[in-house]
Amino acid sequence: MNEIEHYVAPSSLEQAAEYLQRSGEVTLLAGGTDLMPQSQSGKLKIKRTLMNIHQIPELKGITIEGGEIRIGALATITEIMQSELIQKHLPILIEACDQFASDQIRNAATLGGNICNASPAGDMLIPLLVLDAEVELASKPNGSLTRRRLRLTEFFVGPGKTRRAPAELLEGVRIALPPPHHYARFFKFGTRPALDISTISIGIAGVLNTGTLSNVRVAFGAVAPVPTRAPRTEQALEGRHLDAAAIDAIAAVARDEVKPIDDIRATAWYRKELIHNITKRMLTHVAQA
Amino acid sequence: MSLKHDIEFTLNGVRRQASVRVDMSALDMLRDVVGLTGTKYGCGEGECGACTILVDGKSLNSCLLFAVDCNGRNIVTIEGLAADAKADALRAAFVEYGAVQCGYCTPGMVVQASHLLATHPQADADAIKRGIEGNLCRCTGYKKIVEAIASVNAADKQGARP
Repeated sequence: MNEIEHYVAPSSLEQAAEYLQRSGEVTLLAGGTDLMPQSQSGKLKIKRTLMNIHQIPELKGITIEGGEIRIGALATITEIMQSELIQKHLPILIEACDQFASDQIRNAATLGGNICNASPAGDMLIPLLVLDAEVELASKPNGSLTRRRLRLTEFFVGPGKTRRAPAELLEGVRIALPPPHHYARFFKFGTRPALDISTISIGIAGVLNTGTLSNVRVAFGAVAPVPTRAPRTEQALEGRHLDAAAIDAIAAVARDEVKPIDDIRATAWYRKELIHNITKRMLTHVAQA
Repeated sequence: MSLKHDIEFTLNGVRRQASVRVDMSALDMLRDVVGLTGTKYGCGEGECGACTILVDGKSLNSCLLFAVDCNGRNIVTIEGLAADAKADALRAAFVEYGAVQCGYCTPGMVVQASHLLATHPQADADAIKRGIEGNLCRCTGYKKIVEAIASVNAADKQGARP
């Protein structure tokens, strides 16, 4: 049972940050699609104050500013999917949105919620990791609004745990515009296309030049306590000409690099096989691109 | 005694006020506070779509929506769709095609179908299946449901021609 003492719905970022600074015992509500089932099932207890951040204009919108795309924390999965900016510059995010839950959930769930929920299987997190996304955190420690940026790779510390301080609010994510010939793909494996939590997911990105990827980023979902980059796989892939033997070798590195667990969705062994086989398939597509 | 909060919103075209528990879902508010029971509780965790409603023109699972978050918003439920000509065509098509078995998923299915037709007027059978992927029919009567929705779309397209 939730013993909520206060409900607040600030109308500006300043107000929200001020409130968070004064009171540490706050649960944030955005889309609610995770908070509601988690609080109803008792997995998560809503703290003394429930703060609805839905009406804060600074957290909305998808814009391009100084060579970066900024996606506000309150952007819904549907809004990202329909954004011409994202379709043009970051199509890998569209791939992830397209496989995200169902229409009803995409219409409510926010990008900020997916990030702060910090599930190892969070659908948007893998593409964001391979895009070198940064999170923007706002707080009001000394009476004035201050912001810090953190690379998303450093943001996750465990399932449901992030480096966001209790007095901070996730304002949005920033992604540098990809360079020419940028290649980025996402693959999610689940038992059915809709409403499934990933058994594993894979993101691969880099600059493509005649069958070779450079400046490589590889990330894996649902194989570790946090969504994670795969440095050994990246190193194996970097600058390598992708013939059949190379693809086999890199897929084997990927399989050996991940340390998944057995759970209700799959065994560790099966996850390692999936990582191997899907990495191989994705690299075959890279070689043909 | 859990904390309550007063909210005001538009429900099926009419301004409403309600006093709701802050941890209450919009679904519980609709059924237990307002008294509109057309919207169904299926799973309570956004998997089945039986509780689908329209909020500011977008379809949402009302079981995942906090009732307090309805403040200032425009809510349409299956009862509100009854007054909408296009939704009435959907209702008639569900009857004509036998797209109703036990009927429990039907309100959510019709609300989601009307949102789908409003946002994707060109939807073919595949797009309709994608559009209702968040709605489960445990009688598994999907074929007739998809046919019913497609028939409304086809009739629309014909009617639109001069």
